[in-house]
Amino acid sequence: MTLALTSPAAFAPTARRRFRIERFTGLGFALPAFILLLLTILGPLAVLLLLSVTNYEFGGVDMDWVGLANFQKALADPIIRRSLVNTLLYVAIVVPGGVFGALLIAVMVHRRSRTRSFYEVIYFLPVTSTLIAMATVWQFLLHPSLGPVNGLLKWLGFAPIAFLSEPSTALATLAVIGIWQLLGFNMILFLAGLTAIPRDLYEAADIDGCSSGIDRFLTITWPLLGPTTMFVLVTTMITAFKIFDTVAVMTRGGPVGSTEVLLYNIYLEGFQYFHTGYAAALTFIFLAFILVFSAAQTFALDKKVHY
Amino acid sequence: MATVALSSIAKSFGSTKVLGGVDLEIAEGEFLTLVGPSGCGKSTLIRIIAGLEHQDGGSVAIGGNRVDHLRPHERRVAMVFQSYALYPHMSVRANMALPLTMSRLKLWQRLPLLKLLSGQRREVMRGIGADVDAVAAQLQLDHLLDRKPSQLSGGQRQRVALGRAMVRSPDVFLMDEPLSNLDAKLRVHMRTELAELHKRLGATFVYVTHDQVEAMTMSDRVAMMDSGAILQLGTPSQLYEKPASLKVAQFIGSPAINLLPATVAAGGRLEFFGRPMALAVPAAQGQTVTLGIRSEALSLAHGETGRASFSARLRRKENLGSEYILHFDLAGHTQGVTMRATPATAAGVNESAEVMLGFDETAAHVFGADGDRIEPRGQAGAIGSVVPLRAGA
Repeated sequence: MTLALTSPAAFAPTARRRFRIERFTGLGFALPAFILLLLTILGPLAVLLLLSVTNYEFGGVDMDWVGLANFQKALADPIIRRSLVNTLLYVAIVVPGGVFGALLIAVMVHRRSRTRSFYEVIYFLPVTSTLIAMATVWQFLLHPSLGPVNGLLKWLGFAPIAFLSEPSTALATLAVIGIWQLLGFNMILFLAGLTAIPRDLYEAADIDGCSSGIDRFLTITWPLLGPTTMFVLVTTMITAFKIFDTVAVMTRGGPVGSTEVLLYNIYLEGFQYFHTGYAAALTFIFLAFILVFSAAQTFALDKKVHY
Repeated sequence: MATVALSSIAKSFGSTKVLGGVDLEIAEGEFLTLVGPSGCGKSTLIRIIAGLEHQDGGSVAIGGNRVDHLRPHERRVAMVFQSYALYPHMSVRANMALPLTMSRLKLWQRLPLLKLLSGQRREVMRGIGADVDAVAAQLQLDHLLDRKPSQLSGGQRQRVALGRAMVRSPDVFLMDEPLSNLDAKLRVHMRTELAELHKRLGATFVYVTHDQVEAMTMSDRVAMMDSGAILQLGTPSQLYEKPASLKVAQFIGSPAINLLPATVAAGGRLEFFGRPMALAVPAAQGQTVTLGIRSEALSLAHGETGRASFSARLRRKENLGSEYILHFDLAGHTQGVTMRATPATAAGVNESAEVMLGFDETAAHVFGADGDRIEPRGQAGAIGSVVPLRAGA
């Protein structure tokens, strides 16, 4: 017994050695995750950065170092500027509509007891369907002469609107479709947040005098949904900024460039014109925006939502 | 201060009947406890008084006025929840101020942005601040006012919940198991604090608990409930000394009351372990009744007269310091008996020793086969005041 107690002490590593062993063990455990990160994210990013400072064209045998010329070109290009403005405009419509619309639906669906799952499925359907397939349906619905929407407008005595072929309405129409696609998912997130609010709090509020729906919402629901709202806001913003599929299928950037968006331009440059180097530079600009969005959101809202 | 009157309150959840016509009159400034096992309907009853739940039948009156049509906050009641239900995103100060901002500011004065337009708002908020400070000082919460509930200990949260209830100076305080989330030591402390608070405020307290000790120690009166009905309503000592039914006798008192069978012989005389007792009851011959004997009523028997006795074997001694609880096995019975004993008495009994236990026959409670209390003959005059309240029967 004495031997068992003393022998480990005799061979015990010094504090310094033990520290070093612990450190290596820690690094060893972190290594697989780091390698994965390197291969899937950091590596491609480095390749992207490399391509963005060359004039590489897809399939070409050689390329030249052009420095920041691609970036200069992009910032001076009126098409890119327009697509950036269009993208931001799209985000500015989709984010409030997609977040507050979903919140409103979630609050209303949450109160149903028997029909709740029915509404959940209905609102979630657009999320499960592919947008490209649904775009065909939208195209039919909004068709200037055949579509039922214009049929209704005509019946009500309004002039028909060419939603997708009129430069002034095309982007807004795409934004409405974008909101429609996002509502279900955001609603589910808000519903999860609502379910997590203890019922006691509403009862306490009821006794404390929050008798109207507005009071209950402002006192309990809205503040306690803070973390959910932040998450929904950031994801909606990023999703909206990535708008591509409806543009590619329904408008191809037209009419007269009114629905040209950043990702669609990257696609054109990279996969239609094979300007890989230029497309890489554009992608960098795109990533920078996303990074700024998420960082600003997280820092700005983090302070307010913690309790 | 206000009275609370419940008349034939009935409530069902789906096909489950929770309350079957409960009548209860609570006096002004009284501390009344609803006690009973879980699922007995006590929480539903207090929630009906608060207006959080709507009764299917019957009515609630507070201060003599019917309040069935009123929303919770219009009933001038305050409630303390088991979970405290503090608003997690608000400071202690804001938590306590909420009932006042709701009642003293108009809706538009509370809305974001719009509230900035109100000139009186600052004045009102200052008044609210002063009231909150006064209550906080009473509860020694002054130094915690800027903290969030998550930064408080259980006992402090409990006090904030009390403060939020007090700040409106309601007529009736409703408390739904407010101490059950606290540790044992704090619970004992808060028991005293609550009882003192009740004395100081003079308001009517309705208190729900499943803990008979809380019921016994704090209340003016206790209503023991089971299966949606009040089994007995009375002072703590009435419930302890004259339990109206077997269920009340079993629920009130720790250690639990000893239950032993006896048979009714000729002339209503009881026979206990084959030996006739002096006790006689108005019951048919041949019936089996249950004798309830409190653990402190038992003692070692030395062949005195006027006392019933039986033999038992000591299973275990429980040392409580000032006294012992002795657990005995009875031959032929699955249920044993417990006896309170002084350390000196306990020292005289050896483990697995066979001893004779006895009790004063007048200290025994007799319950019929239906569980109701039977008053022994010749003692009927002594009971008088306790009338079992059997609601819905």
